[in-house]
Amino acid sequence: MTVAERILGSRALAALTSPHGVDRYLELVNPMWAATEVRATVVDVQRETDGAAAGAAPVATLTLQPTRTWRGHRAGQYVQVGVEVPGARRTTRCFSISSAESGRGEPFTITVRAHDEGLVSKFLVHEARPGLIVHLSQAEGEFTLTESPATPTNNRLLMISGGSGITPVMSQLRTLLRDGYDGHAGRKVTFLHYARSREDQIFGEELNGIAWQDNGVDVHLRYGDDVFSAEALARLVPGYRDTDTWACGPAPMMALVEEAYAGSPRLRTEFFKLGATAGTSGSAEGDVAFTRSGSSAPNNGATLLEQAEARGLEPEFGCRMGICFSCVSRKTEGTVRNVLTGEESSLPDEDVRICVSAPVGSCSVDL
Amino acid sequence: MTTTETTTETTTETTTGTTTGSTTPKKLTPEQLEAFGEELDAIRQRIIADLGEEDATYIRGIVKRQRQLEVAGRALMYLPPAWPLAVAALSVSKILDNMEIGHNVMHGQYDWMGDPGLSSRMYEWDNVCPSDQWKYSHNYIHHTFTNILGKDRDIGYGILRMDEDQKWHPYYLGNPVYAFLLMVFFEWGVALHDLEVENIVAGKRTFSDNQALHKGILRKVRRQALKDYVLFPALTGPLFPLTLAGNATANLIRNIWAFNIIFCGHFPSGVETFTEEECQDENGEESRGHWYYRQLLGSANITGGRLFHIMTGNLSHQIEHHLFPDLPARRYPEVAGEIREICRRYGLDYNTGPLRKQLGSVARKIFRLALPPRREQSPEPVAERPHPSQPTTRAA
Repeated sequence: MTVAERILGSRALAALTSPHGVDRYLELVNPMWAATEVRATVVDVQRETDGAAAGAAPVATLTLQPTRTWRGHRAGQYVQVGVEVPGARRTTRCFSISSAESGRGEPFTITVRAHDEGLVSKFLVHEARPGLIVHLSQAEGEFTLTESPATPTNNRLLMISGGSGITPVMSQLRTLLRDGYDGHAGRKVTFLHYARSREDQIFGEELNGIAWQDNGVDVHLRYGDDVFSAEALARLVPGYRDTDTWACGPAPMMALVEEAYAGSPRLRTEFFKLGATAGTSGSAEGDVAFTRSGSSAPNNGATLLEQAEARGLEPEFGCRMGICFSCVSRKTEGTVRNVLTGEESSLPDEDVRICVSAPVGSCSVDL
Repeated sequence: MTTTETTTETTTETTTGTTTGSTTPKKLTPEQLEAFGEELDAIRQRIIADLGEEDATYIRGIVKRQRQLEVAGRALMYLPPAWPLAVAALSVSKILDNMEIGHNVMHGQYDWMGDPGLSSRMYEWDNVCPSDQWKYSHNYIHHTFTNILGKDRDIGYGILRMDEDQKWHPYYLGNPVYAFLLMVFFEWGVALHDLEVENIVAGKRTFSDNQALHKGILRKVRRQALKDYVLFPALTGPLFPLTLAGNATANLIRNIWAFNIIFCGHFPSGVETFTEEECQDENGEESRGHWYYRQLLGSANITGGRLFHIMTGNLSHQIEHHLFPDLPARRYPEVAGEIREICRRYGLDYNTGPLRKQLGSVARKIFRLALPPRREQSPEPVAERPHPSQPTTRAA
């Protein structure tokens, strides 16, 4: 820690800048100065695929130079990226980190597919230019390598991915190759990836290079109709259920993978949260889950506050008419309709006033 | 926007801008109330749909200016000849922080931006009152039950007699003194407001109900006092007493300013108070139209220039604020003309005037209500109202 960091993080400075905190002052001078918050400058944007393949959206890799407050990441983790989309609305999404493990303040990359319904991903792929400032969380997630590249072993590792689910396992593969000895992963690694088509393959060139070198890594790329099956996996890795496996991909593929592993503890999975499909407006279908209390029941169409109370929960509330903001809670998934304005919103991880928000279809709220 | 035939016919004998004390407000029929509410809802929808870059740029500009003034104020304390300038900069910084930024951000006016620095859940202001406690008593109790006697604790703040319908007691002979003390120690009054001391005295609340609040208040007071009365003075070394006095003066100026602006919001003569029964429709509930009606008649504006409006946190548009408490305050001047026009059509009083007039009116009321009501002035004796139970319990 440098002297400047020590001063910025000191309790004395925190007391002097109370109640706002040091960062609220620093950001006005230079957005890349921070004492506790994490931000990054986009330093490079590279197109991975152009999205010309049928039904595929373009993909780009963004290199981010974080503030010194970034504590680094372990291979397989994700980071929350907040951008100000047009209309001055800060919107935040999770993205897996695609580069090898980073240390404090070190640059890293995220690889993003511009989904049609993805406000942030579209912005990052199409609008982001070097110089853009984004807001970050620290790296999060437990989908990480359990062993260190520092020690070669005879363990076998299996990585299964589909589509843009390749990003966290790519970080793991890159870490093993970078931090192993003589460019060797130090163990046998089977890297199995399913892409929509050859044109839609992310990191294709690099993976071909890895496949040709003597580095302990077997790369298997599958395209189109050649989808995941337990039989094909068994031919590739006999006894796969007893092999440490990391799997990440779209929900249908993940369902097949989980079925193939039949509850084996060797399988580690990572899911991507996609915008839930909204039900018909005003209808009461789907389930409403209050995740903190573990309550899930059919949606009866009433406001989230009323549904929570009907299940015996006691969320904080005030005016019950949308003006006092006492009841603001975090909706993690699903669509809600503002009963005053009729406005619907499907953003994941969004703060809503539960007294005037009625779920449309399935919905999860942190209550 | 459409208005029904019946509502446009009501444009007779409108006295816009006048604040005659004792006249009863014009009552609207349920149909009129509904149409009135719909017109206001339409304005609200239009502004919500229009929120965007301009609002974000505005509030960020104000925040930047406030932080610059604060830093300048703290720095100028090192130059004794510049002491008045330092105090002025720090005072303006604290006023902006509490009013145009703090009050408005904590109302959730900028929550749509998704910026944690401007979020109602996270913002903490430069004031000894902890923001979470203030949001409860202000956003919930005061804004929901505005000017309902026995419900809105901001009518006299539990200390003063600010309405004829508050029963007189010899204690209120001290009304002007209490008001003066509240002005000088306003931030402390705001912090202690949540403890509902008057309800403890009345036996409706116990000391233990407040235990959870004490901790939050003490923590906030400690931080504020440490910063303004120990650390910053200490940093100026031999100028310690001067800096301490400067910081205290800045807090005092902020207190006086905030008190005066806020008292002009609900206490000038002509502002109405309501009973719970008056607010209920045939179903025993208050309609949205009546809610708007009550917010309108229970508030008063102050006229002035753009800078004045900013320095009041746009609470000079108290009427618009009470109609739309969660819309960015910079929008209030923009809709004020329309609101006035709607009021004229419905024959409703729109209470506004320059600061000196509104302040004079409030001051007269503070003195007048210190004394018991004169018999001949109250033709129908005000019945002892059954005091509805106070919402004293707090959701976890």
